[in-house]
Amino acid sequence: MNEFINVLFVIILILNLFALGNSRILTIIRIVALQGIILGALPLFIEHHITIPLLISSVAAIILKGFVIPLIMMKALRDAQIKREVEPLIGLLPSTIFGGLVTALVFFISSQVETTNQPEVSLLIPTSFATILIGFILLITRYKAISQVLGYLVLENGIYIFSLLLIEAIPMVVEMGMLLDLFVSIFIISIITNHINKAFSSLDTRNLSSLKE
Amino acid sequence: MAFILILFPVFIAIVALAIPSNRYRPWLLPVTACIHTICTFIALKYPEWGFKTSWLTLDPVSSIVLISITLLFLFSSFYAVSYLKNRNEQSNRFFTACMATFLGLISLMIWSHHLGLMWVAMEGTTLVTAPLIYFNHSKKSIEATWKYLLVGSVGIALALLGTFFLAYSAIYAGFKPTLDFNILLEKAPFLSKTWLRASCILFIVGYGTKMGLAPMHAWKPDAYGEAPGITGVILAGGVTSGAFLALMRMYQICNAAGETVFMSRLLIFIGLFSMATAGVFLIDQKDFKRMLAYSSVEHMGILVLGLGIGGPALFGTLLHIISNGMTKGILFLSAGNIQRSYLSKNTSQVQGALKQLPVSATLFLIGFLAITGSPPFAPFISEFSILNGAFLSGHFISGGLFVFFLLIIFIGMGKTVLQIVQGTVPQASEKSNYRDTFSSTAPIFCFLIVILIIGLFLPPPLAEMIRNAALFLENK
Repeated sequence: MNEFINVLFVIILILNLFALGNSRILTIIRIVALQGIILGALPLFIEHHITIPLLISSVAAIILKGFVIPLIMMKALRDAQIKREVEPLIGLLPSTIFGGLVTALVFFISSQVETTNQPEVSLLIPTSFATILIGFILLITRYKAISQVLGYLVLENGIYIFSLLLIEAIPMVVEMGMLLDLFVSIFIISIITNHINKAFSSLDTRNLSSLKE
Repeated sequence: MAFILILFPVFIAIVALAIPSNRYRPWLLPVTACIHTICTFIALKYPEWGFKTSWLTLDPVSSIVLISITLLFLFSSFYAVSYLKNRNEQSNRFFTACMATFLGLISLMIWSHHLGLMWVAMEGTTLVTAPLIYFNHSKKSIEATWKYLLVGSVGIALALLGTFFLAYSAIYAGFKPTLDFNILLEKAPFLSKTWLRASCILFIVGYGTKMGLAPMHAWKPDAYGEAPGITGVILAGGVTSGAFLALMRMYQICNAAGETVFMSRLLIFIGLFSMATAGVFLIDQKDFKRMLAYSSVEHMGILVLGLGIGGPALFGTLLHIISNGMTKGILFLSAGNIQRSYLSKNTSQVQGALKQLPVSATLFLIGFLAITGSPPFAPFISEFSILNGAFLSGHFISGGLFVFFLLIIFIGMGKTVLQIVQGTVPQASEKSNYRDTFSSTAPIFCFLIVILIIGLFLPPPLAEMIRNAALFLENK
């Protein structure tokens, strides 16, 4: 079982790098969706006793992260009629290499720091941190509003991985509240991106620069 | 009581979505606000009627924040009616619903003693305030909303990570992981120091982004500048006080864990840095709403500085939550009136406001004097008390810098404010038919009365509550 969980973590890390290296926004949406499905299913493999609340929150996470949010994003993409991130701040290849280096660094540091407990989740903390940092890289280096939202989603996924350590501590109501917040925020953000597209005829956030000192 | 305070506004929001009349819909807000205020005072007076579980509790510290926010919302809601009457060309359905939902969510945030639930409510307030910023539907307001949402979401995501770190620090120490505030407080001495410190940093960065502490304040001038004045009040007095409550929770845990020194250093540094940043941008600021945003950065800095100094400064800090909120009410609402009359918020066009809008301009001037800490208003008492605390506890350098920054900010803001209120009205603006009315100025007078009462004689029950809260913050 441990082996299998570790394989899933490695897949998540590889998906991170794919997301960094792809220019087609639709593909990145699919990558993030796949990552969401794996994340949603993870608690079922980590916990030994599968309870009803666990099952419900897991299914809710899969539906939301794997299907609902990607559909909202795809609709926003269709409305905006753009296909790719044309010129990111850092090129695709350099940012993939940078992402790989960051991941390696996180794993190196975490191997130096003594971590506690459960051997079955030994990859969990470094995977979580690497995903959060790659979310940041996506968020900062891309200009299209939708790509930035995808960066935020990867960051959110990284935080979700960390929360798997704390399944006992987070009651279902709170878990559902977090998912609801995520859903509403993506919903509102997609409305705003739609308005950005209408007002500026583009989703390039460099247009959003009239407010400054 | 807790359920009324939290669920009733949400129920009203649903009603607001259903009501077709644009004219009568805003009246739901004062109704909600009155009921909310009455219930708040009942819950404070008769704590046994208030609801109490391990998740929802009204403790002395959150009582202070609750009083501040309920009064803030009460006065603003009456202003909202007059404001929305003037903006009748636009549907106020979502505006009204979001305002009401905000009240419910911030009440949930204040009551919750479960840090996960608190986070959910805080994130919720970010989301419902975004449409309030976007109300004007202009290009600039889109830009402001986008920055607010993106920066706010990332910041609050980091706060969530910090919350998880806190729970994880319990596992590290061999306990069952939990986010229950009372249990964490009890077990604080045994929590893993490394994870607790990491969590503390993420709390300051995450909730600090919501408060608008420098250098995480990038969204603030844009959002406050483009949003209607009333949204500014909700953000500057409401959301920020809620985020500060989260930091106070962390302070209590750090205090119980014996990590006060670590957190205090961070808070003092970031507090002074925020004041310095605000000072730099307030000098020669042409846009008076951005000026108010930087003033808010300054006052958030004062709050965390006071918390960082701790001990004798805590009384002033807690009082400052109320005095800052109320004074921001005066400033944002009167600035909103002035902007509406001149259709500009730049000092090159806005001059002679005392002639154009005698009441609003006078209130704006008084608000400026109050917020910069002039007697006899409430911020004078709270800021003086923080300064006193700084010197009593031996923070001479911080205290000295605090006074220095206050002086710089007084001069910087003074120049902008005087340009607005004095001089002659430019010809282009004379034709404007927007003038002071009773309904657009009376709510501002209510704020003024509150800060005058606190400034002239602090009501003994309130002083008693704040003293209790200060003791509670130090786990005594």
